[in-house]
Amino acid sequence: MSRLLDVENLTLQFDTDEGRITAVDNVSFTLEAGEVMGLVGESGSGKSVTAKALMKLNASNAHYLDDTNITLHLEDGPVDIMSLKSSRDLKVIRGGAISMIFQEPMASFAPAITIGDQMVEQLQIHTDMNAKRAKEVSIEMLDRVGISDASTRFRQYAFELSGGMRQRAMIAMALSTKPKLLIADEPTTALDVTIQAQVIDLMKDLVSEFGMGIVFITHDLGVIAQTADKVAVMYLGRLVEQGAVRDVIRNPSHPYTKGLIAALPSLDDLDQPLSPIPGDIPSPLERPPGCVFNTRCSANMGAICSRDIPQFSTVSDTHQVACHLFKQGDAT
Amino acid sequence: MSDDILIKARDLSVHYPLSGGKLFGPKPVVKACEGVNLDIAKGSFFGLVGESGSGKTTLGRACLKAAPITRGTVRYKDEDVSYDLTQIDKEQLTDYRKRSQLIFQDPYAALSPRMTVRDIIAEPLEVMGLTSSREETDERVREIAAKCRLNLEHLRRFPHAFSGGQRQRISIARALVSRPHFVVADESVAALDVSIQADVLNLLKEIQAEMGLTFLFISHDLSVVAHVCDHVAVMYLGRLVESAPTRELFAAPRHPYTKALLSAIPSLDPDAPKTAQKLEGEIPSPTNPPPGCKFQTRCPNAIDICRVDEPKLEHSSTGHEVACHRWQDLMD
Repeated sequence: MSRLLDVENLTLQFDTDEGRITAVDNVSFTLEAGEVMGLVGESGSGKSVTAKALMKLNASNAHYLDDTNITLHLEDGPVDIMSLKSSRDLKVIRGGAISMIFQEPMASFAPAITIGDQMVEQLQIHTDMNAKRAKEVSIEMLDRVGISDASTRFRQYAFELSGGMRQRAMIAMALSTKPKLLIADEPTTALDVTIQAQVIDLMKDLVSEFGMGIVFITHDLGVIAQTADKVAVMYLGRLVEQGAVRDVIRNPSHPYTKGLIAALPSLDDLDQPLSPIPGDIPSPLERPPGCVFNTRCSANMGAICSRDIPQFSTVSDTHQVACHLFKQGDAT
Repeated sequence: MSDDILIKARDLSVHYPLSGGKLFGPKPVVKACEGVNLDIAKGSFFGLVGESGSGKTTLGRACLKAAPITRGTVRYKDEDVSYDLTQIDKEQLTDYRKRSQLIFQDPYAALSPRMTVRDIIAEPLEVMGLTSSREETDERVREIAAKCRLNLEHLRRFPHAFSGGQRQRISIARALVSRPHFVVADESVAALDVSIQADVLNLLKEIQAEMGLTFLFISHDLSVVAHVCDHVAVMYLGRLVESAPTRELFAAPRHPYTKALLSAIPSLDPDAPKTAQKLEGEIPSPTNPPPGCKFQTRCPNAIDICRVDEPKLEHSSTGHEVACHRWQDLMD
């Protein structure tokens, strides 16, 4: 596999009426071509903002700190995303080399333009296809994602499609420009389980067929276990644990990851009581010093946790965790 | 738990008229809920599951007399009163409104942003005239707030200051302040993060045990239902297809739809064997349901009889009911 994406020291702050808040704090990760990375965390953990940063899609009150470095490796050489300023420059990556699928497909399609016209429009912007060819490619893609009678659907509007169908059309549209990197922001959260299973299968097929890298954002660890190769767990803007999916899910090392897994209702043991993570995620205005999780952590060790920011320590070759507990050699 | 039936629905149907159709011909209708028999035992935590569009919300609302009942009866029978919801008079309905309550799905939309938490929780008491003085109202509000783990400081604030989990606890406090006997919780944890979801579920269970409530818990998430409910009913396209005590349903599901729903839940084990039978397609439109068994268009086991005859709900001594022509053939 070849390296597709390098994210180094991504720090992102927003100016708000109440002051400057840190949404993403010193996040680094890499992605190979053909690899699926799951990004997990509660609402407010900064996972969507991180994903949007890859395309510089965040609102104009966003500030990227200077040592932030995002490099996308394309065939024609690496692209330094932070150096792209004008929307003309960004066109290369937005919708071209990087595509995005959103959570709510109804909100992402223009309601008064047919699905087909929207697909053709973006193909004409990003490729040199003529309208006729673009239409052929679009219908082909709709067919590929399992939409029956694709040429009829091509002429319909978003409201005429069911939820699952809309999400398929969204995927078809995102993939028709043959992106190298696909960002999927909670693509199955709004869908029923049976439809979710279909969409997950579809995405797996498409990865093996097109070989692109995927950043898959979700709060559902079950979905991650079934789709991702590796996983990064985020809490309040910081990565707290990352590694191969089997390592992280079978041997979670950060108390937050353990808590997330314990809170999932399991079908194997109905007698097991549900154990929530106590408390709520703090507001980004009141970020705790030291380890960001120390206010809710059941294994809080006092001064060290509320004073020092934990650095990543190695659990195994493919598994790192940022927790003081671990650095002291107490893995359990 | 006693064997008294609190809510008994017989042949319950809710049809919504559609616009259009022939000028003098019969108006087309959506059969949101058709011929449902339902017994909710007093003091039980009754789960109702199904995909979007299966009619579970409509059924829940019909039990509260918040949806127009086209045919059939719903009887509410408590110690001292017995109401037939189809023939209830105004005075009885006022009393029934005090005895039954609804908790909504989205805690962001359900709370007025202009009222303090104290006023939100106190409103049902004031509207129903359940308290005679402001002191008494305050006392009741404080009592229920403490039960829902809200402190006095919280009562003075406005909803925007709270996180999703806290808001849902406020919604629960408002629903329970009038001391209802029957509560419909419609997707009450669907909008919450897993870590918070477990907390709210535990709270609902605690309060139910403490106040002796009867819950109708509507959800699309089978693993959640498995953990909190005593009895589960599965709906598909307006029909009840299976109903059983929770353990029995999850140990030995009989209806192919229930089996498919169970196998569609993404497993936490990345190497889980893929024995799952994936459902093709989506739930048909309720304006144009298929003939025979409503599930036949997606059922992997459908045979000729399923396309003609609609199966009836079959009872068994264990309280396990199923509506499928072939469940016995499919058990081995």
